[in-house]
Amino acid sequence: MTEITEVPSPFCGIGTDDLTISVDGLSLKVLSNGCAVNTPAFEQVITDFKPRVAGKQVALEHAVAKAVEILQDSNQPIIGGCATDVNGMRALLALADRCGAVVDQMNFNASRRNYLAMQDSGWMTTTLAEVKNRCDLLLVVGKDLESFVPRFFERYFWNQESMFLEDTANREVIYLGKAPSGTAQVSPNGKQAQVLTCADTDLPEVVTVLRALVKGHKIVIDSVGGIKVSDLQTVAERLQAAKYGVVTWAASSLVFDQAELTVQSICELIKDINDQGSRCSGLPLSGKEGDLTANQVAGWISGYPARISYAKGYPEYDPYLYDSRVMIENGEGDALLWVQAFNSKAIPPVTDVPTIVLGRSGMLFDKEPDVYIPLGTPGIDHAGHAYRADSVVAIRLKKLRDSGLPAAADVLSAIERGLLI
Amino acid sequence: MLIRLKGGKVYDPAQALDGEIRDIYFRDSVIVDKPEAGAMIDADYDIAGCVVMAGAIDIHSHIAGGNVNTARLLLPEQHRNFVARKLGHRFSTSRWSATETGYRYARMGYTTVVEPAILPINALDAHLQMADIPIIDTAGLAILGNDDYLLRLMRSGASQSQINDYVAWTLHSTRCLGLKVINAGGANAFKSNARSFDLDDVVPEYGVSSRHILQTLQRAACEVEIPHPVHVHCNNLGVPGNVDTALATMEAAQGLPMHLAHIQFYGYGNEGDRGFSSAAAKLIDGFKKHPNITMDVGQVLFGQTVTISGDVIAQYSRRNDASPNKWIAWDAECEGSGGVVPYRYKETSFVNSLQWLIGLEIFLLAEDPWRLFFTTDHPNGAPFTMYPYLIRLLMDRDYRLQCLEQLNQEAVAMSLLKDLDKEFSLYDIAVMTRTAAARLLGLPDRGHLRPGAVADIAVYREQADKAAMFADAELLFKNGRLAVQNGAVVERCNGTAQVVQPLFDHRIERDLQNYYDRFYNLGLANFTVGDVDAGQADSERFRAHACGRPYLAENAR
Repeated sequence: MTEITEVPSPFCGIGTDDLTISVDGLSLKVLSNGCAVNTPAFEQVITDFKPRVAGKQVALEHAVAKAVEILQDSNQPIIGGCATDVNGMRALLALADRCGAVVDQMNFNASRRNYLAMQDSGWMTTTLAEVKNRCDLLLVVGKDLESFVPRFFERYFWNQESMFLEDTANREVIYLGKAPSGTAQVSPNGKQAQVLTCADTDLPEVVTVLRALVKGHKIVIDSVGGIKVSDLQTVAERLQAAKYGVVTWAASSLVFDQAELTVQSICELIKDINDQGSRCSGLPLSGKEGDLTANQVAGWISGYPARISYAKGYPEYDPYLYDSRVMIENGEGDALLWVQAFNSKAIPPVTDVPTIVLGRSGMLFDKEPDVYIPLGTPGIDHAGHAYRADSVVAIRLKKLRDSGLPAAADVLSAIERGLLI
Repeated sequence: MLIRLKGGKVYDPAQALDGEIRDIYFRDSVIVDKPEAGAMIDADYDIAGCVVMAGAIDIHSHIAGGNVNTARLLLPEQHRNFVARKLGHRFSTSRWSATETGYRYARMGYTTVVEPAILPINALDAHLQMADIPIIDTAGLAILGNDDYLLRLMRSGASQSQINDYVAWTLHSTRCLGLKVINAGGANAFKSNARSFDLDDVVPEYGVSSRHILQTLQRAACEVEIPHPVHVHCNNLGVPGNVDTALATMEAAQGLPMHLAHIQFYGYGNEGDRGFSSAAAKLIDGFKKHPNITMDVGQVLFGQTVTISGDVIAQYSRRNDASPNKWIAWDAECEGSGGVVPYRYKETSFVNSLQWLIGLEIFLLAEDPWRLFFTTDHPNGAPFTMYPYLIRLLMDRDYRLQCLEQLNQEAVAMSLLKDLDKEFSLYDIAVMTRTAAARLLGLPDRGHLRPGAVADIAVYREQADKAAMFADAELLFKNGRLAVQNGAVVERCNGTAQVVQPLFDHRIERDLQNYYDRFYNLGLANFTVGDVDAGQADSERFRAHACGRPYLAENAR
């Protein structure tokens, strides 16, 4: 048994890299600095090693050959999931370029809320170490932060030392929309966050009123979405008074129509405060299951985030048209390749078109795919790179054990080579 | 494999060859002497009527990293493709991608390009992107001067040798070739709500001035012997009257080597009815008095582009000029910042016309291609793909005068340009974009055609229209392999990244790890650059170059 320290995690999105993990053969145990997101993701046992074709175990080469055959027979392949590391995305995009596939990262409907806002009017953002060392006021919009990133407060907010704050315990937290589920947000000196709850579907209105208040517009109603306008007025004033305010949200939790407009309101509100002479920045949280990694790599390889089509021989980006689930439902594709190296529960949509799954070992299917190749997980079974939520920092994932499970990049490259023959 | 390029006109300032007809030989990846009679030549290219130069070197072009990728994602509409023929190698139809960056540079005869702004914390990202740029070699300049660690050292009165160790360690861990300073202290001050930052302004919380930071880093760069002089983006970029800032920065260099980047953006006076005028003559006057200074121009050319910079104060101050109207500013990890502001330079605009004129005035007045370098600060002044057009502007006075007619005439009236008759020669172009560029960067294996050089060789069909001539190389050899033929990429080969590895006291790693534990929650090893290429081992990917005294033009000519 060996013990590995300073293990970085690709699962939580905030670049946690201080886990200590014991390795006993193929079994992993998180000894310290685990959390509700990372510990189960690391400790998940490997339940299958063998690729399958039509439910029968076969050698890897046979599974690859069958995948090649399916893609060769396809007029419009769709590559979904796209949950892998940097090399996995490189190989995935090369394959897509080769066979004219649509590429669609599985969280893109959430990412889209950010991209639509950003591509329409831009934003001002910050990164985790700035939060840790400068932020004196954190506004959390529409998210129970600690269930999403359990160690956020411990690592980036109630840290003992910071560069610019005398006592981090004096920082302030405001929750707008959702209430916190635990006590992580309580400051070390016992101070509770201010909590203003409303229904998710009221968030657009609440955020818009908050922005109006920041801009000094007169609001004639007394409450919005059950929140007193006078309370929102206080939030606006606190943001304006903060030395380095940060507003955070997770696009994946803004599940209502036109949520991009709420993201845009948040981003414009941040700009307004800067225009008025105070500093304020946004911190969009994502980075789960390779979503940010996929978007970053697709950015430099195709020029666009990870919802693109290579059908015409060059990449085209359309945040709506190339939604793989919609395409499959509408019969717009005739083969599905699903790549998901992080989460064995994230299975592909059930479809009648030939389906190839490169999935984290242990996937259970409602309908057995035509080809299934169990993958190793980046940061466990092989080394790799992943991007953190703030997209500035890439971390180097370690190999922790010798499982023999292949990396997504290797399998995807083998399929691409097969298409050349 | 021995290859001969036969009968071309050779322009190689390293050998004072000014268009002489010479055969060039290279064996595998290295240029060699003419072999003895009877030697077997494996491939022979008859290039009579062509011009031969070493592969070109771009010393300042934003091709990778956080700002670049953010700009791509911000502006999907700017790089849509509509029709494209696939070349049979991967990603050949992706516009403004890593692939296109390599291909478009190679087609113009470029073989080495420097990304001049890599935040250490973003170095892994930048190198992952650069590893996907085919054909050309790359290098990065690591940014210091806004980072808490340095300012903290300075605040506590740390010795120069401690700072030198930190600078050297940074170059090691980021795998970079040189040191960049961007508006020293300004990005840090922006986080403490400063909205402008001058050379003698003091960074809040630290009590150190921009000048002090700059001089400390310059001294470090000299003392750890980074061959490329500290590469400086001055304060007050784009502000009318900022020529005084540029001149004060030249003075602040105290006779030591220093490179001032995209100096066109500092050639601004504040005279005239609009309070904006050309100060190119004043700038060049100062430049001539400071032989320790090198500069690149950062020429503005008309059209749509996007400005990207680590100078968040400058970018934020220009947010209302964004066209299309969207922009990004980001603070990064207590190390620096970035800003992305799309912009369209218009001939009808007085300001843009004057910027165009000032850049060309600087080119034509400087009279020293060993000290003044050819850039557009891609994409800030213009995309690098417009270089051929800029070469024509420099080489063809009549064409320049024709272009003047399209400009805002109020600006033209204020400019000297119509009276500047100088035309650059092919030899001047070869100095500026090859030989001097390589020496400025400390890359002795390139930028020339002497035996022993890397066989990075560009061949152009000689044409009267210099824009057409330099747009598409007839042949481009990279490491001796034919990568471009008749302006088309024929092989997607790998480039390498150029680095220096100055010595440092390893005890600093312990201090740094302690510091990262306190303020970052990042293990040093977890973001140190490595394993960046899927197909190349680090030992192949990174090419180390010797340390040595920083470039001084008077020793290089």
